[in-house]
Amino acid sequence: MCLAIPGKVVELLPEDGNLAVVEVSGVRRKIDLGLLDDDPAKTGDWVLIHVGFAMSKISEADAAEQMRVLALLGEDDDALHR
Amino acid sequence: MPSSPKIRFRDTQIEMAHGAGGKASRKLVEGLIVPLLGGPLTGPLGDAAQVSTNGTRLAITTDSFVVKPLRFPGGSIGELAVNGTVNDLAVSGARAETLVVSFILEAGLATEVLEEELHAMAAAAQRAGVAIAGGDTKVVEHGKADRMYITSCGIGRPIEGVEVSPASVRPGDRILLSGPIGDHGITILLARGELDLEADICSDTRSVLPLVEAMAAVAAPGIRWMRDPTRGGLATSLNELALDCGLGICLTEEQIPVRDSVRGACELLGLEPMHIANEGQFVAVVAPEFAEAALDALRAAPGGQDAVMIGEVREKPAATVLVSTSYGGTRVVDMLVGDPLPRIC
Amino acid sequence: MRFIDEFREPELITKAAQEVRRLAEPQRHYRLMEICGGHTYAIYRFGLHDLLPPNIELIHGPGCPVCVLPMGRIDDGLSMTKDPNLIFTAFGDMMRVPGTHGSPLEFKARGADVRIVYSPADALKLAQSNPDRLVMFFAIGFETTAPSTALTLMRARAQGIRNFSVFCNHVTIIPAIRAILESPDMRIDAFIGPGHVSTVIGCRSYEWVAREAGKPIVVSGFEPLDLLESIMMVLRQLNDGRAEVENQYKRAVPWEGNRAALKAMADVFEPRPFFEWRGMGCIAQSALRLRESFAEFDAEVRFQLPGIRVTDPKAAQCGEVLTGTLKPQQCRLFGKECTPEQPVGALMVSSEGSCAAYYNYEHRKAALTTLAPAL
Repeated sequence: MCLAIPGKVVELLPEDGNLAVVEVSGVRRKIDLGLLDDDPAKTGDWVLIHVGFAMSKISEADAAEQMRVLALLGEDDDALHR
Repeated sequence: MPSSPKIRFRDTQIEMAHGAGGKASRKLVEGLIVPLLGGPLTGPLGDAAQVSTNGTRLAITTDSFVVKPLRFPGGSIGELAVNGTVNDLAVSGARAETLVVSFILEAGLATEVLEEELHAMAAAAQRAGVAIAGGDTKVVEHGKADRMYITSCGIGRPIEGVEVSPASVRPGDRILLSGPIGDHGITILLARGELDLEADICSDTRSVLPLVEAMAAVAAPGIRWMRDPTRGGLATSLNELALDCGLGICLTEEQIPVRDSVRGACELLGLEPMHIANEGQFVAVVAPEFAEAALDALRAAPGGQDAVMIGEVREKPAATVLVSTSYGGTRVVDMLVGDPLPRIC
Repeated sequence: MRFIDEFREPELITKAAQEVRRLAEPQRHYRLMEICGGHTYAIYRFGLHDLLPPNIELIHGPGCPVCVLPMGRIDDGLSMTKDPNLIFTAFGDMMRVPGTHGSPLEFKARGADVRIVYSPADALKLAQSNPDRLVMFFAIGFETTAPSTALTLMRARAQGIRNFSVFCNHVTIIPAIRAILESPDMRIDAFIGPGHVSTVIGCRSYEWVAREAGKPIVVSGFEPLDLLESIMMVLRQLNDGRAEVENQYKRAVPWEGNRAALKAMADVFEPRPFFEWRGMGCIAQSALRLRESFAEFDAEVRFQLPGIRVTDPKAAQCGEVLTGTLKPQQCRLFGKECTPEQPVGALMVSSEGSCAAYYNYEHRKAALTTLAPAL
């Protein structure tokens, strides 16, 4: 149910409510950051976009960690256990 | 060779889907138009008709152009009207020579808009090497046409040595694509302004005749079938081929070129690039012994640098377009019923 | 595309698939339900069935907000187009869903002003730029989408917009999972949890699935590597005899969910005592409606809706497919009376409906006796 895509905040628009220009692979749209009030997004942050709203921030650290673990698949069984 | 079953058209009214180039369009054409108009139109539905008059073989085609907005990054309705018809002839193996055009204009249309389109058509015709020999103009009441509709009819001569037909397609044949897909349809979608998306994407509208001729120069006997994947996209064109020849069209996902921004727009909106319209590309099925030469010729020709081999024809799965990924996942890509719609789920 | 392409890396997918096959104990048959329609779509789109061993069975769950909407609600929404002044707005997903008298696109063909919007914010913008018209937004979706509708309503009120209303069909996922677990034919071993809903409700919302029902549940992302990793995590739990909530989609899902989103939902919506789910009957506390404080925006208050309950044709087995009791191709109407061109139920017309996904991506592959090798 829910098509949500990672996009990069390229420009905050403080005069325009809680909007920001977010870019996905060269495509730009104004996205409402209102759901991220508890941990506001900054330019350069990556956010998960759904129906024109940012749902959460994407953690580059967690993504990197996930890739690290996946890359070890098949090599070392111990490394896979969390 | 299996032929498409006669489908009786049962819908009580015409919907937008019937013009979208997908399953609904095919049902309308096969189920209502072909049975009633009959004659040489029975059999696989090609982009153009080959006719013989007084011993001379000619190809003739017609196409209507309905687009909103009229002007968009990379082109306008006038260019589509010229290139689209030239391309229909090119992919049926003919060199367009003469066009006649007819306009349906909405009362209230600014003259300068019409003038702009006429300039665009004249320029496109010159680039494509065709003459516009005549036409017709009608004006309808305000609100009865989206500013301007253009129909163009093109006539041309067969390109020496090229004969295309789904019946000639064989397992083992290769599938070539002239360049990235999705540019035109996404440009139009964004240009309508309803989705509030911005991107540096333009329509790919152009005549593909030079590329077809470049390919024909080295591979004419091996060219089995060609199509320009307009409305309905690559998926629709290849599904039509699959239905017409009864064979499997097997593509490799990673080989299908899509520009980054087109891909971004498709991911954002939940669209499949293979369903998106193109106005400056064509897909060709070429016998294996000619495929490499054909591809080299395309890549060497101006505008053909992105040409690529995207797959091959197989016996199975019959009448189906199958896309495989390099990690071994496969999926069927069907025609859509109507226009591709953005989704949020 | 960043955060997408990495998770579609072919070599890693191949390795992950090998690991899944290694983990799947040969004598065991694993029945895993992916709850979310987006996961159903992803599984077919990426051809993941081809990578899984035959003893892992994926069962599609009811997490498709279009699929579970009873036809009567679509009729109610479309009944508002009687007023020629109304602009009917909805996501693209809704446009071909059949009501008793036609789909939104068919209504549009007959002259109704029906428009696709990408965001509820765009519907509100339409209201602002068309002050003489009434704009109605047909809101659908689970908790992923509801907060955006909520924020839009808060903005509408703050801006004093008078010509905007929402027909609220938001549903909530937890009661649906409960209903699945309580259904007598249920034979599910574990769940792949909805990734994007969880960005709002958090992973803790599923703790009862593990604790009370004893089923593992792994909250998953949507890329092929995400799904494969989630399946790995589920298999490890099942093989170990554990039942826990795990978060595979850590990069996007906070364990606690999104407090601001939950607050926006709570400020604008309240749970309906019960709501009918197509094919699943009435489920208590499973859907949202606008609070009285937002009554001026509530289409159900502003308009006289027929409210007729429309039952599905007896032959249609939407409910059984929704709850995973039947596979799409086992429904007696599948591929015959019910196809994407003439869908009987929403599961065939919604892009993430299991029937549409199976029909569009899978069913003609039956002709294949061996996998088509990649070129």
